[in-house]
Amino acid sequence: MNGLAMHLPILPVLLPLVAGIVLLVLRNAPLALQRGISLVATAALVPLAFALLATASDGTQLVYKLGNWEAPFGIVLVADRLAAWMLMATALVALFALLHALRGDDVKGRHFHVLYQLQLFGLNGAFLTGDLFNLFVFFEILLLASYGLLLHGGGRLRVKAGLHFVVINLIGSTLFLFAVGTLYGVNGTLNMADLAVRLARTVPENLALVETAGLLLFGVFALKAALLPLHLWLPAAYAHTSAPVAALFAIMTKVGAYSILRVTSLMFGADAGAVANLLADWLMPLALVTLVAGMLGAVAATALRQQIAYLVIASVGTLLAAFALDSVDGIAAGLYYLPHTTLAAAAIFLLADPIARARGERADRFEAGSAMPGAPVLGGLFFAAAIAMAGLPPLSGFLGKFMLLRAALESPWLAWLWSVVLVTGLIGVIALARSGSLLFYRTHSTSESLPAPHAADWLPAAGLLLFGLGMVIWAGPVSDYATATAAQLLHPQAYIDAVLGGRP
Amino acid sequence: MEALIALIVGVLTACGVFLALRGQTFPVVLGLTFLSYAVNLFLFVMGRLAIGVPPVINAAAQGYTDPLPQALVLTAIVISFGMTAFVIVLALKARAELGNDHVDGLHSEEDAAR
Repeated sequence: MNGLAMHLPILPVLLPLVAGIVLLVLRNAPLALQRGISLVATAALVPLAFALLATASDGTQLVYKLGNWEAPFGIVLVADRLAAWMLMATALVALFALLHALRGDDVKGRHFHVLYQLQLFGLNGAFLTGDLFNLFVFFEILLLASYGLLLHGGGRLRVKAGLHFVVINLIGSTLFLFAVGTLYGVNGTLNMADLAVRLARTVPENLALVETAGLLLFGVFALKAALLPLHLWLPAAYAHTSAPVAALFAIMTKVGAYSILRVTSLMFGADAGAVANLLADWLMPLALVTLVAGMLGAVAATALRQQIAYLVIASVGTLLAAFALDSVDGIAAGLYYLPHTTLAAAAIFLLADPIARARGERADRFEAGSAMPGAPVLGGLFFAAAIAMAGLPPLSGFLGKFMLLRAALESPWLAWLWSVVLVTGLIGVIALARSGSLLFYRTHSTSESLPAPHAADWLPAAGLLLFGLGMVIWAGPVSDYATATAAQLLHPQAYIDAVLGGRP
Repeated sequence: MEALIALIVGVLTACGVFLALRGQTFPVVLGLTFLSYAVNLFLFVMGRLAIGVPPVINAAAQGYTDPLPQALVLTAIVISFGMTAFVIVLALKARAELGNDHVDGLHSEEDAAR
């Protein structure tokens, strides 16, 4: 391998970090320069993620040893199919959310671009790292950046939601450290591959300790993923922050889902001896209850952004229900659904912003208002985004749900999963149809004149929806990749061999 | 010694949880600080308690103490310090924006006293 290709796994981590530091130094530079640097650094993540996808697509698991310390003594970054997949979703959402932010949201407070790059640094690092403590550190980086982004622009409601978000996540971080400490105390290692080997050999007297630590970890990841009953922080936080930040946060709950998938498949999977399938009893019921609660919240919501936040919770429920099936088809359905729901949620968050502005004082609240300027374009895009979000054909949400339902055919949860997914799907359609008709049809003409939305206001959202369309057109290759990823996850021995170099 | 440390971690955690559940931001911040003290101590003793032995093995050493938890604790201390600073600033901002120091930003005096 030549120089740059060898360092490929660390580039998606280094690039946003360097860009963030450069932007911090240039904080008094002209705005155009700052925006340019931020945009170039974010856009460059897309080809980087694509290069990693191409490398990983033949089953290669690129292991990058930081400082060339052998695993398990040093920290490793592992770029396998799942990591590359998550990086791609992050890069796309980040690019379009940033394009939206350049319309003016980035100058409503200080250091938007610095925080944005550091957020990407934390996200990419969390997806790539192969070390549990390093995962904690990247979680803290992405959380600290997200605190800043959440509060960006200020305002009463934002500060109140931000306080809740920060406090609950700090408690989550403390629990994470307790879990990591317990695992280290019992196993003497924090490398995830090495932990997988040692956990499989857990002696009976340590079993209770290891199970406690594993369930504690699950609790922390469930908090990040907004799984019921740890979802209460999400609606207020997402509904009150600015549009590009909410769109970027669409990937944040997926960090929790990713961590659950990574840890359960690698450390507590079917090969894990005494601690095998530790979460099997918990994940499916919690996921289905989350799905129901999210959809009920979406029906009861009184404003568009609040409704989308509840739909994000519901999508986490669907996602984890797919992962909980613990079969190749189930995880593949989840992995197909994951980028779809991230892109769709981000698109609809970005759309909510011009819609709210076109409605003047009523913003995005569900009450009849004056006819909005630019309604045909905004309404059309909202319709497309709502179809994607509700999982109706012909967009990618339908294919994701179809794969999930088909994968459940052999599962003992068949009856529960089918009825919950189908009924909540119907509820989702009703909720979105109600909000669409309230926002766009129940209008009366007034003399109130609002500026028509500029094309740049809705183009980023339209771009995200186009990627959703692309996922349908190229559904074959995309679902093949998802299936291969699921197969790779269910055979963690290859990951362990790649990291530990085949040594026992 | 182990029992004493375990007791300290337990008491710190209990205090932290109790304070974190209070209604005003200042006790909540104190509670988070207690929790981070508890977890730092917990991480530290996860390398087992050892006195007077070197952290790096050499031929003459009778035993060794695990240096890794000390590195982990150092990282955790730095992170929790930064987070505490951030949450204090945020609590002050919330006090200024919401007009009281209740975590839910209640308005009337009776509500705030609850």
